[in-house]
Amino acid sequence: MNILVCLKQTFDTEERIAIEDGQISEEGVEFVVNPYDEYAVEEAIRLRDEHGGEVTVITIGPERAEQALRTAMAMGADKGIIVDDEDLESPDENSIAKILASVIGDLEYDIILGGYMAVDDGSAQVGPRLAELLEIPHIATITKLTIDGDRVEVEKDVEGDIEYIESKLPILVTAQQGLNEPRYPSLPGIMKAKKKPLERMDIDDLDIDEDELEGRTETLETYLPPAKEAGKILEGDLDVQAKELVKLLRSEAKVI
Amino acid sequence: MAEKTIIKGGSFLIEDHSPQDVFTPEEFTEEQKMIGKTTEDFAKNKVLPVLEEIEEHNFDHTVKLLGEAGELGLLGADVPEQYGGLGLDKISSSLITERFAIARSFALSHGAHVGIGTLPIVFFGNDEQKKKYLPSLASGEKFAAYALTEAGSGSDALGAKTVAKLSDDGKHYILNGTKQWITNSAFADVFVVYAKVDGDKFTGFIVEKDFPGVSTGAEEKKMGIKGSSTRTLILEDAQVPVENVLYEIGKGHQIAFNILNIGRYKLGVGTLGSSKRVIEVSAKYANERKQFNTPISKFPLIQEKLATMAAKTYALESAIYRTGGFFEQGLSHLDNAEGAAAAKAIAEYAVECSITKVLGSEVLDFVADQGVQIHGGYGFMQEYEVENMYRDARINRIFEGTNEINRLLIPGTLLRKAMKGELPVMEKLGGLQEELMMMMPSLSDEEPALLEKEAELIENAKKIFLMGTGLAVEKYGMKLDKQQEILHDAADIATEIFAMESALLRTKKAIEKDGEEKSKAKAELTTAYVYEAFPRIEQRAKRILAAMEEGDTLRTQLSILKKLTRYDLINEIELKRNIAKRIIEEERYVV
Repeated sequence: MNILVCLKQTFDTEERIAIEDGQISEEGVEFVVNPYDEYAVEEAIRLRDEHGGEVTVITIGPERAEQALRTAMAMGADKGIIVDDEDLESPDENSIAKILASVIGDLEYDIILGGYMAVDDGSAQVGPRLAELLEIPHIATITKLTIDGDRVEVEKDVEGDIEYIESKLPILVTAQQGLNEPRYPSLPGIMKAKKKPLERMDIDDLDIDEDELEGRTETLETYLPPAKEAGKILEGDLDVQAKELVKLLRSEAKVI
Repeated sequence: MAEKTIIKGGSFLIEDHSPQDVFTPEEFTEEQKMIGKTTEDFAKNKVLPVLEEIEEHNFDHTVKLLGEAGELGLLGADVPEQYGGLGLDKISSSLITERFAIARSFALSHGAHVGIGTLPIVFFGNDEQKKKYLPSLASGEKFAAYALTEAGSGSDALGAKTVAKLSDDGKHYILNGTKQWITNSAFADVFVVYAKVDGDKFTGFIVEKDFPGVSTGAEEKKMGIKGSSTRTLILEDAQVPVENVLYEIGKGHQIAFNILNIGRYKLGVGTLGSSKRVIEVSAKYANERKQFNTPISKFPLIQEKLATMAAKTYALESAIYRTGGFFEQGLSHLDNAEGAAAAKAIAEYAVECSITKVLGSEVLDFVADQGVQIHGGYGFMQEYEVENMYRDARINRIFEGTNEINRLLIPGTLLRKAMKGELPVMEKLGGLQEELMMMMPSLSDEEPALLEKEAELIENAKKIFLMGTGLAVEKYGMKLDKQQEILHDAADIATEIFAMESALLRTKKAIEKDGEEKSKAKAELTTAYVYEAFPRIEQRAKRILAAMEEGDTLRTQLSILKKLTRYDLINEIELKRNIAKRIIEEERYVV
């Protein structure tokens, strides 16, 4: 079974976000594999161990993103492809999906996995867009995956409920928390990872019109959410409290 | 690194080391960082959730978790590949120890197993013994412990009462005696035990728990590190096959002292991880806790604490990885980096090992104490992590040789090296007095370059060390070992020099690579440490001089000291506020 995993390197979830000159500062930041993509990598390794085949991890990003692939390879993925995004101007989900489609178009695959969203920009769009471009079915936010022949059974998280869905290979699925518990890269795995094959590509290497890759969205402003302030607990009779609440919603919160 | 001559242990006191001579945490490879992350994730996500149960002596967790650590390769870093380990470099193995430290008492079980438990076999076992024991110790199927201490012999290890006698058929040694405070004893399968053959030949043995006559006593009730198993090991006519003699009959002291060197260094590494953790929980708490409607992290007195904790931790971290770099360098020159030769390469840095032990345990004690203070009354409550860390910290000044013993060892070992001609201390001493008499303090109106003053202070500190020890050797000769107070003070000066210089060289190396702007935090931490440590050096030096000399001679010596300790003061208050800002913002130790 040929298994592809699309992953993204993101800020460590414990990092504090700082904005400098209207941009998120990367100064001194630790990067990790996007946690949802980690579920995808783990699931891919399990599928390979069960059905045989190979796991290829793919990412788009700057040079440092190689480390995310190495981490996936230390977990057990067999090889990696990194596309340098240096030449891209303000890429968005449209651009990323098209690049991935172009890279994957030349590969043989039975299943593509990814996290259902990245914890940084949280759009949850790349997976479904990629499936559309490749003209294969997709199921998002899965919490269980079983493959038998070319039959695919999944459990999908729908806001706390579970949907049971059947489909067929080839397919793209995206991982929700709960799909599995990702393993830690073992020390022997880490030592092996640096010797595993890694293919580097530039946008120029792809058979794709650069105009198509331009972002279709524009970021107007980046700012931090306002600091959370202490709450207020109203006192007195319910009538008094209700009146006070309405007054505050009107005058202070200005929402009604 | 391989082309350079090996830096000699203890040479930092008489020579100037350059930034290129030190290994720094900024040079971790991606693999080393990943190894560190795997360790930290394992400790945080697997161990911490059950640590409370482990502290109640539920050692099933310990055994299970150590097994899982073995599957991840976290037990095999120091075991050669041919015996089922990973044979990793010493920096990687240090990182594992450092990152495990947040798991507190569990980290001790891990450390005792991979360190003093397994290493005697790695370094001193024969091929048969290594094949028999190491693969299962590296994989986590079996666990090791180390049994040296007895009720009547702690630091005086060779005073052990446990005896070994060859059986009549010549097939076994029969061991009798009781070993005390044996870490991991509840679940260890293999004990490295020292006993005197025929009552006088101090010898190491590999003792399996299932050998006839081997048992353990009750769990000790301890002040801290409650989650580590500590019992007596009881040997009653214990039958140990002759092939389980470790190394050679009568040469147990070589094993014991070499393992102690590594044990001391690893202890220092552990205190580094713990210190960082205290800073993290204390900074988080200081941001959350409000008094007078203000987070207490806004108060300068809390900031001062966090800044001093960070500066000490920075010096310790720099000293630890500098020493780790020495090991790596020493071992890379060996064709086969194992066995007694490897132990000898490490013993070259016995002074640095004792320094990292003393420095680390005292930095951690300070940091943990301040951590409790930042937490106020909550720091006294057991549900707060810092309370636990405070109690756990205390043992570090005691085991692996008390800090008193290690302090005596620091100048003692240096002088022995000097006598053997391994270090040109005597050559340096000749002419020093004269040089010092002639010396004029360099006072310049020009604004000094970044860290220039700090470098000068360190250079002067080295002169102070040589001056003091030189006079002591002159005065007491071979009887210097009776002057424990002077040796203690000399050890403190040497330790501070190593700490200050490690921080300075690390920062300089970072500046060479990243520039001054990006190395600002490191430079501030270095300055803060140097200006705090230097007065301690001056005070120790005065005490030494006043004990040895009197009258005019004393006045002359003190006037020389005065020249060496004259410097412009800096605004430490402002400096520490700046340092604290970063720690409070990031809620952890950052450089």
